[in-house]
Amino acid sequence: MSIFIDENTRVLVHGLTGREGMFHSRQMLDYGTQIVGGVTPGKGGSECLGLPVFNTAKEAVAATGATVSVIFVPASASADSACEAAAAGVELVVIISEHIPVLDMIRCKKFCADHGTRIIGPNCPGLISPGKCKIGIQPGYIHKRGGIGLISRSGTLTYEAVHQLSGAGLGQSTCVGIGGDPVPGMKFVDLLRLFRDDAETEAVCLIGEIGGDNEERAARYIAETGYPKKVFGFIAGLTAPAGKRMGHAGAIVSGSKGRGVDKVRALRDAGVIIIDDLGRFGETVARGLA
Amino acid sequence: MNIHEYQAKELLRRYGVPVPEGRVAATVAEAVAASNQLPGPVRVVKAQIHAGGRGKAGGVRLCRDVTEVEAAAAAVLGSRLVTHQNGPDGTVVRKLWIEQGTEIADELYLAVVLDPARESLCVVASPSGGMDIEAVAAETPERIHVAFPDAAGKLWPHQAREILFACGLNARQVAAGTDIILKLYLLCLDTDATLAEINPLAVDAEGRLLALDAKMNFDDSALGRHPDIAELADPGEADAWELRSAELGISYVRLGGSIGTLVNGAGLAMATMDAIAQAGGEAANFLDAGGGADASRISAGFALMLSDPNVRGILVNIFGGILRCDIVAEGVVQAARELDLQLPLVVRMEGTNVDQARAILAESGLAIHTAVTMTEAAAMVVELTKEGMQ
Repeated sequence: MSIFIDENTRVLVHGLTGREGMFHSRQMLDYGTQIVGGVTPGKGGSECLGLPVFNTAKEAVAATGATVSVIFVPASASADSACEAAAAGVELVVIISEHIPVLDMIRCKKFCADHGTRIIGPNCPGLISPGKCKIGIQPGYIHKRGGIGLISRSGTLTYEAVHQLSGAGLGQSTCVGIGGDPVPGMKFVDLLRLFRDDAETEAVCLIGEIGGDNEERAARYIAETGYPKKVFGFIAGLTAPAGKRMGHAGAIVSGSKGRGVDKVRALRDAGVIIIDDLGRFGETVARGLA
Repeated sequence: MNIHEYQAKELLRRYGVPVPEGRVAATVAEAVAASNQLPGPVRVVKAQIHAGGRGKAGGVRLCRDVTEVEAAAAAVLGSRLVTHQNGPDGTVVRKLWIEQGTEIADELYLAVVLDPARESLCVVASPSGGMDIEAVAAETPERIHVAFPDAAGKLWPHQAREILFACGLNARQVAAGTDIILKLYLLCLDTDATLAEINPLAVDAEGRLLALDAKMNFDDSALGRHPDIAELADPGEADAWELRSAELGISYVRLGGSIGTLVNGAGLAMATMDAIAQAGGEAANFLDAGGGADASRISAGFALMLSDPNVRGILVNIFGGILRCDIVAEGVVQAARELDLQLPLVVRMEGTNVDQARAILAESGLAIHTAVTMTEAAAMVVELTKEGMQ
């Protein structure tokens, strides 16, 4: 199977009965994702989109055997929902919500780690293994099944890249949006490790941006482990001024830290093929793999 | 969200961190009255703006008597203070903090700050007080001492003692400093602060520790559960464009160039700025109308972008996913008509319903240039903008 998910993955939607949750659940169902139920405290016993709704994640997991949770509840309650899912025993929690307080996220990560549950997001489009399963808010149709593993801190920028990859005949094994927050769940290195051992993944694309040091850490990991697959990298925000937050909570150059040029240099020095021109993303990857 | 020194000091005082006595003043008369209420002869008059580097810019003045306080207040209040952090336009000073003077024997640096890489708050202390801490860290890293709370989030007194002894304090000062560190940490936990910085933490002539300056930054995402902190926001500190964009739910940062950009999604918006630079131009702004933007948001973003007089050309770059391109195209056409747009406009769209969208633009009868790839779009808008400016 692809990393994390495939056509048999059983998914629980937290906030299924809300506007966002219902809208995107319908899209996921249309894509073929096996959503098996929803969690909305107080609405247990009802149905939504023909799916059973539960009061608690524990009941939902027990009744449905779900192994992945996706969180669509408001940001102030998202970290709590993620912890609830972890305590109920799901293996992976995907948090779509933006504006989760960072201290909540730090505590949530520790709680989930204690339960052996991994987190993707928050503030992300989710993940998709094309043709098998889509968990999140991505436009499914731009994806194509294939051998590129993609990891990104961004949303529409990822769609742009995926669209070009598909257009160039390069399908994707799994595309993971790790999100634009300063403290994400899984980071570039965690996903690189999984893609390394994934038989379906032939090459990896990293889409990073200014702020933090996760791209630099990825570069170090790639260099130190002699990463066996080709890696392509794109960094957004090379012209962003210091001290200004560029949309994402995590996208800020602080003094001399988190600059785009340093990330590009670190990745290039580690042997990553840098994509300088976003308009030629698909073309550059195709050429690099030829 | 940042707050002023006087607000941060009030929070520190409430948490039991010693601060010099002081009063806030918005007029010269208030400054004089404040000065008369404080003990001792010496006063410090401090401009209350968010930017650092106030001292060098003339925003912090030492006064020997009330006449000097009056003169300093008259000079600083209402003036535009330009520091290395808020230049070139500077910030108008609307409030002063009038503080009792402190006889300084020694200065330290002390902060509780979020370390996103370590995923934890941490305490940073240094014997190099009153200086730019980034420079200290770069030049003399051995003078920076750091402590992290344990896995359960508890910061232990011995951790504070260790770093304070390392800063060269004596036993009595270490005891007082430990108390300050634990209180500062508690304040950050209670208020979702991502920075509480005391620079300098002074040792006065009697050997007591005092927070001479204070700077705090709070997690914007947590303000909803701290209405008392959210209330401390000073709209006078925000740039007018950023205030308007916040009201519209649009993420906007004004830059220096001449090409206005309107994009959906923060990453794509940054990449669009970069593409313009690669094509030899400069973006006037970063504008993320949101991954889930609708036609009205696009229209509002348009008006916002055009309110910048530096804008000489426009690039709209949309990747339609859930947001369909035809909806965006309608929004663009509507905005261009309503605002009677005369500037060159390049629209580049890709994704859901892009063919319908291109038809809408073509049939609008407006002079809208369309591009297929981002590379092409950036080159086109740079070229058209240059032509328009000649």
